[in-house]
Parts: sequence; C-alpha cells; structure tokens
Amino acid sequence: MNALLATAATTPGGIAPPEIDYLATLPMLVVAGVAVTSVLLEALLPRGRRRTPQVVLSAVGLLLALGLLIWQWDAPDVVTASGSIAIDGVSRFLMAVVLVLAVVAVLLVGDTVDDETGFAPQASAVPGSPGEDAARRAGLEQTEVYPLLLFVVLGMLVFPASNDLLTMFVALEVLSLPLYLLCGFARRRRLLSQEAAVKYFLLGAFSSAFFLMGAAMLYGYSGSVSLPEIAVAVRSDVGQDSLLLLGFGLLLIGLLFKVGAAPFHSWTPDVYQGAPTAVTAFMAAATKVAAFGAMLRVLYVAFPDNPWSWQPVLWAVAVVTMVLGTVVAVVQDDIKRVLAYSSIAHAGFILTGVLSLSVSGLSGSMFYLAVYSITTIGAFAALTLVRDAGGEATTIASWAGVGKRSPVFAAMFSLFLLALAGIPLTSGFVGKVAVFSAAIAGGATLLAVVGVLASAVAVVFYVRIIMAMYFAEPGTDTAVVATPSPTLTGILAVAAVATVVLGVLPSPLLDLAGTSGLFAL
Amino acid sequence: MTWLVAALVLPVVGAVVVAVLPKDRLDAAKAVALAFSLVVLGVVVAGSLAFDVADAGRYQFAQQVPWIPQLGASLAVGVDGIALSMVALTAVLVPVCLLASWKDLGPAAGGRVDAPFLALVLVLESLVLGVFVARDLFLFYVLFEVMLLPMYFLIGRYGGPKRRQAATTFLVYSLAGGLVMLAAVIGIYVAGPGGSDGFLLDGLAGLEVSTSTGRWLFLGLFVAFAVKAPLWPVHTWLPDAAAQAPPGAAVLLVGVLDKVGTFGMLTILLPLFPEASRWAAPAIICLALVSILYGAFVALAQRDLMRLIAWTSISHFGFIVLGIFAMTTAGQSGSALYQVNHGFSTAALFLVAGMLVTRRGSSLIADFGGGQRVMPLLAGAFFVAGLSSLALPGLSSFVSEFLVLVGTFERYPWAAVIATTGIVLAALYILWTYQRMMTGATVPELEDVDGAPRARDMKPREALVVAPLLAVILVLGFYPKPVLDILTPAVERTMEQTGMTDPAPLFVAEGSEG
Repeated sequence: MNALLATAATTPGGIAPPEIDYLATLPMLVVAGVAVTSVLLEALLPRGRRRTPQVVLSAVGLLLALGLLIWQWDAPDVVTASGSIAIDGVSRFLMAVVLVLAVVAVLLVGDTVDDETGFAPQASAVPGSPGEDAARRAGLEQTEVYPLLLFVVLGMLVFPASNDLLTMFVALEVLSLPLYLLCGFARRRRLLSQEAAVKYFLLGAFSSAFFLMGAAMLYGYSGSVSLPEIAVAVRSDVGQDSLLLLGFGLLLIGLLFKVGAAPFHSWTPDVYQGAPTAVTAFMAAATKVAAFGAMLRVLYVAFPDNPWSWQPVLWAVAVVTMVLGTVVAVVQDDIKRVLAYSSIAHAGFILTGVLSLSVSGLSGSMFYLAVYSITTIGAFAALTLVRDAGGEATTIASWAGVGKRSPVFAAMFSLFLLALAGIPLTSGFVGKVAVFSAAIAGGATLLAVVGVLASAVAVVFYVRIIMAMYFAEPGTDTAVVATPSPTLTGILAVAAVATVVLGVLPSPLLDLAGTSGLFAL
Repeated sequence: MTWLVAALVLPVVGAVVVAVLPKDRLDAAKAVALAFSLVVLGVVVAGSLAFDVADAGRYQFAQQVPWIPQLGASLAVGVDGIALSMVALTAVLVPVCLLASWKDLGPAAGGRVDAPFLALVLVLESLVLGVFVARDLFLFYVLFEVMLLPMYFLIGRYGGPKRRQAATTFLVYSLAGGLVMLAAVIGIYVAGPGGSDGFLLDGLAGLEVSTSTGRWLFLGLFVAFAVKAPLWPVHTWLPDAAAQAPPGAAVLLVGVLDKVGTFGMLTILLPLFPEASRWAAPAIICLALVSILYGAFVALAQRDLMRLIAWTSISHFGFIVLGIFAMTTAGQSGSALYQVNHGFSTAALFLVAGMLVTRRGSSLIADFGGGQRVMPLLAGAFFVAGLSSLALPGLSSFVSEFLVLVGTFERYPWAAVIATTGIVLAALYILWTYQRMMTGATVPELEDVDGAPRARDMKPREALVVAPLLAVILVLGFYPKPVLDILTPAVERTMEQTGMTDPAPLFVAEGSEG
C-alpha cells in the first residue's frame, strides 16, 4: 500500500497505471475479449443464426486461451497488476483445468439431444404462459448462454489467481452473477429452474456480502487487502486479533459457500437439480475448482503458518460436510440430487487435503479437483441422454433396467459412479489416497478416518443407481437412452478414458500437480 | 517376464477375447474361457515346478517396477510357499467352476450363462491371483477392493431370487471394511520408510511404530480381513451372498475370495505388526472360537442346503483364524493347509449340492429324501465331500484341522478343547444332512410313478467337475507332505517375524518322566 502511495505521489497525473505482465495474463485477456465479442455477436447476428457462430467462437477462444496458457507454462512465476494477480504454478494448473472444463461445457451447451437444446426458448417468459408457447412455436433459441458462460469462465480464471481480496471479490462476482442467470434457463421444468436461480442468487449474494465484510475487517486488521501483506501482518502479530478472527471467519464463509461445504451447502441440491444439466455439469465441476483454488490461495498465502484459532472449526466443517453429504445422499431418489449431495461430500474430502496445510495437501487437492471435475462433468453430460416423456429422466426408479437396454451407456455411467465412490483403478481412488495421505501425514488423522467412513456410506447410494441399471428389470416407464451426438459421444468417451487412465497411471498428472504446487509470493 | 505375470495377464486377455466374440457364439466363448483358464493352470503348474521348495520361505520369482512413485506404490509381485498354494488353488478352481457353470447356473439363477459371466469369472481370477502374489501393500489393497466388483456382478446378475439384496450387502460390507483398511494402509505408509517405494511389504515388515499406533493400524487391517474371512460378528453377509450366488460363483466366493482375509492375516498382519498381533491374539482367538461354534450351531438349524454350506464355512474359517493366532508353527501350518483344503472340499460340496438342487428344483433339505437310491454317484460324491468337510481322517481337511488343534493346544489348551466340539458338531450337521437327503424313502419328485428314477445321475461333464476335486481331497488326505513342505518354511519365517517360538511341549516331558 505504501509503495502504491509512493508511486502515486511521483506521477503527475495522480494514480499511476499498474504494470501488467500482458504475456502472463494473456489467457484471461483472451477470454475477456472473446466474451465481449460474443456479446457483439448476440447484438449483430440475426436471431436463429447465432448458435453455431457462438459455439465456434467460444470453443475456439477458450482453446486459444488454453494454448497460450500451455505455451507460457514454464515461464517464471509473476505477481502482476500491482500485486493483484499471481500467475504461478497453482493458478496455471487450475486455469488449465477450468479452461478444459469450459471447452467441454460450451460443447455441451451447444449440443442437442433429440433435436432440442437444454435451454428455454425465452428465459424471461413466464412458465406455462402463452408467451412461452409462442416463443417455442417461433423456434426461438437462447444464445445469451454463451457470453454469460464466457464471463463465468473469466471470473473462474481470475478467482484462484487473485492475490488480493478485492480482486478476488470482483472475480467472485464476475463468475457468480452470470451463473445465477444460467441456472434459470432450463427448457423443461421451468419453475424448478427459476426457483434454483433465485435461491442461488439470494444465498450467493448473501455469501458474497460475508466475503466482502471479511475482506474489510482484514483490511482493518492489516492495513492491506493483499494476501502476502496480510500474511506479514499476521506473522508480526500486530494486535487486534478480534478483527483478524472475525475477518478470516467471514471470508471463509464466502468461500465455503462457493465450494458447497456444510453448513453453507443448502443451495446445492436445489440448484443442481433445477439448473439446465449442461450448466449443472459445468457448475459442479468448474465452480468447485475455482473456489477451492481461491480458498487454497487464501489459506496458504495469507495464513500460512498461523496457528489458527479457526482450525477446530474448519475441521468440524470438513467432518460435517463429509457426513452430511453422504448420509443425506442415501435417501435421495433423484440422480441429480444424489450427485449434488455427493458433490457436497467431495467438497469435504477435498477439504481434508486442503486443511492438512502441506505441500502434499496442496498438490493432492489440486489433483483431486482435476480428476473429480472430469468425472463429474462426464456424469452430468451422460445424464442429459436419459429421457422420458417429460424430458430428462432423473429419478432412480426410471433408470430401472437401463443396463439391459443400453449396456454401453450403463457401463460408462457406472464407471463414473465408481470413480466418484473412489473404487481403486479409477481416478477418484487416487485422488482420495492423495488427500487422505496428506491429511494423515499432516496430523489430521481424524479427518481421514471420517473420510474413509463417509466413503463407505457413499458406496451405498452410488451402488443404488448401478443396481437400478443392472439388476432391475426394465418396466414400461423405464427411461430411454437417446443416441448421443458425435460431440457428446466424444466428450463422454474422453471423460471415461480419462477416468480410467488417471486411475491406472496417474503419475504424470500427480507430477504436474506436484510441480505446480507452489505459490508465487 | 516371469510366469507370475503371465498368469496374471492371461485371464484378462481371455476375458477380452470372450467379451468381443459375437453374441451368438456362446459355445465358442465357453471354450475360449475354459481354454484360457486351463492355460493359466498350466502356467501355474509349470511355475510351481520351478519353485525352489527348499527355499519356500523366501519370495521367489519376484519382480518390481515403479507404478505411482508419488504415492509410494510399486507393481511388485512374488510368491512364497503360502502364496503359491493359494495361487494353485485358484488356478484349479476356476476351470472347475467354469465347467460346472457350462449348462446352467442352477434353477433359481437370475440369468443364464453368457459371455459377460465368463468374462467376469476370468477377470476375477486375474484379480484374485494378483492379490495373492502382490508384494506391495498399495497394489494388494487396490486388487483387494477391485476384485469385489466382478463378484458383485456375478451375484447380482446371475444369482437367486434375493440376489440384489445379497449382492449389495456383500459389496457394501466388504467396501466398508476395505475403506477402513485404506485409512490403515495410508497410515502404514506414513509411519513406514516412505519414499517412492514405501509401500513395498518387504520394507514394511516389522514396522517401527509406537505401540498404540501399531495397534490402531493393526485393527484397521484386521477389520477388513475379518469381514472378508468372515469372522463372527462380521459374517452376516456371507450366508446370503453364498446362497444366492450361482454355485460356480459361490465356490469362487467362499473357496477363494474369502481366503484373502485369512491369507492377509497370515502374510501381512503378522509380519507387519508382531507386537499388536501378540496383543490381540487372545481376543481374536475368542472370536474364532465363537465363529467355530456359532457357525456350526447355525448350520445345524439351516433348512436350505446352500446356506448350510455357507455356515459350515464360517465355522471352518474360525478354525483357520484360530490356527493363525495360536502363533505356533503347527497351528499356522495347519491354517495355511486348511486354506487349501477348505477350498477344495467346499468347492466339492457347493458344486455337488448345486447339481442336486438342479435335479430337485429346490434347495430345501426337507424336499429331498432317499436320493442315494436314484442317484448313487451324486450321493457318493456328496458324502465324500461332506466327510472331508467334517475332517474325517484320510481326507484332506483332517490333516489341517488336526494341525490347527495341536498347534492351538500347545499355547491355549482351553481353546483347543472348545474348538474340538466344533468337530463333533461338524459330524452332526454333515451326517444328519446326508441322512435327511439321501436315505429313507425316495421323494416322489426324484422318482417316477412306476419306480424308475426321474432324476438322472451324474453326467460325464459333472463327473469331470467333481473327479479332480475328490482326487485332490483324497491325495492331500493321505499324503499332504508336498504341500506342507512348501508351507512350513513360509510359516516358520512368519513365526520368526512375529518374534514367536513354539512353547515347550507340555505333556511329552511329563509323560516321559512318569
């Protein structure tokens, strides 16, 4: 802060423009540029001809960003833009994961099953109203999805790379606001979808306020919003511990809400169920990556060796998250809700790695995030294929006998479920071993033990779905598995192969996560 | 590439071939599956001949390549005498089970034999062989868990009317035990030497940990092995799973899969945690005694033939665990031999029972009667298998049961006395069952009105299934020395690692003086 004031004083015009390392931040800038272009396309192209250009633009833009990121992978770590953006191993790794997921998400959003997209023709129309019917008959199509999605991605790229709390907050809002909207766009079950959007928005806005309040208090404590400077203040023990504790706690509430940890999880099932499945897929996978990335940075950079007074509370949060996620999932009858609760449980598993506060915990969490998000996006993408008269069929009962009629689909979905359950030779198992061993090595044996017990309970609900698919006879109301488009086939195949390969030969990715597991200070 | 690796890979290759064959070529698929399992058997036999019996306490044919160095896992394999005996048991039983499942899976089966069935059996064989030869704890754990999946599908898809529930109970029970084990496995790595090959069992033997940590880790592993074995009170999944599984799969479940539990106790728990093993031994012996008696009593009360066999197995697993934790050379050699013998005699019982049930269309004991008159060969085979199960001298189980009891008596005379009642009960449940099913008036369902038998006696294919099993039972009953020769050095090594010596004989000395 003092340095900023000093440069401001020497510059005639007032505040000096910050130095920005354009090369390092290029992926973010490209995504921002593509997002703006996408808005322009929306304004300039005639209605009805927008989808293909939007899909192509988004996918190419995201791939370009990914390419630039990989091109600059070995560049030295930098903290740029007046110390507000850190491009280091962790942010590169997580940005790469987010970009890969974003490409998949764009393809999923643009994909059609049975010749219809998963999105409402006109999201603003009142469900069941004549206006909605008219929009559907007119063949309208929602293409605002693409620019919104791109802005979400931009926020997700900046969120884990933010090196100060204000940037982090801005990134949080940039990723959240379009996401709230996206949740309300589902074509079928419109009321559920809109309810999801409103719930997510209200609770999300609330948690953002917590985050901001926490940032303000930490500023009051340390005189800075920059994470490294907060760390300096914490280390030098400047007094005013109540501000530190309150600020840190409020900040964490904001972050825990985004990762979907208990007791801030209550939005997850409703939102996952109500949102269009393509959006749920992206949200479940990428939001978790970005939010955990930000949490890792806050914990490891700003509060690295603080013998935190918050540790018992965070342990409790992790335990409650794992237990609640798994136990409640057992009694769910809707597959989207099962996966939602399972994502809560997984947030708990990742927390065990995060809370071990060690290098292996950091790389283990990053590995977990990468493999979990691939499997999750695959599972949700597969969900879009199972249909009955009312659109997607997501009740477990309607999946009875799917394995007899569509063996390949059932085998693949079972694979995703087994990976989520953490069965060996799938990527989920390696992730679990990575975070649990970090936890045990870091002294958090209790968390690891709760983790394995929760995993045992979790088997019950994953197996319920497998059982319905394979061991039940198909009935009259058994859902039909639609033939996937080539795009979707490709996505599913890649996700399935990645799930197996990363389970059998995880060394390269573990290495990558290991060498990326360093923050630039 | 040693023969071990070939034996591990071949079944998977076979499974792939079976799976890609066209659906209408079921006969070809059966032939291919059987051929692959026979080739594996051949490889194992050839490998066993190359095994250095004089040095059976050492892990031979060892191979090791890095797998996931970041986590400390290697692909390490090797066999000592105990592992070799289990490998051989598996290699023999798989073709037998395939042959037994050739035509049908029993009257109550939920599915018919198809290519997935054959592929699942072959995959299962590969995984089980892997568990027995793994010399890396991580690899062992991975295979230990994954092998549940083929069995889950074998029960769930092809089992009897209550197969869904049975399969799920089996999977959830086993995975719950396994996940507790996962925590312990990770804990062992953290406590061990660490590094890129920190999961190697050789490097972990005699782990230097604090007493309490060692005991916790011991318990973590023990729970998983006890579920698998299964030991009272975590046995409740077995009767349903074994009774609902088609006989061929039930043999693999009870005869081979469950052995991983006792095998793990003998070759992993004891060497890794000598102190904790000695500490827990009295309690575990009590659990084993409860298993022996409880299993036997409940077996007596069974009305269903398949469930009866499952319960007798719980009793027998009690004997195996008893011998292991008696911590004497005789006891552990007996247990190691018992693992092999139980595999063969239970296989014979399950398969012959399956043939009987197919003929009668019911597995209730009360639905049979006078069977020996209409199907003397089947009745005879059933009788011999039963006698082996009750440990009649001259049949294989006798040697092992005797060794277990002698070994137990050396250290815990009271336990041996209690366990002996298990033998009496075994005679009761086997002979009484035989009497109810095979003697007396022939029930009408087995006989035509004019007195001619409706139920056909043993067919050639069935004879081919049963003959090798009975032959092994007889040979090992009269001449167990070759097997004991390869088991004893390995057991002696385990005793040494556990820091135990056989207690001085109690009664020989007194007897010679008086």
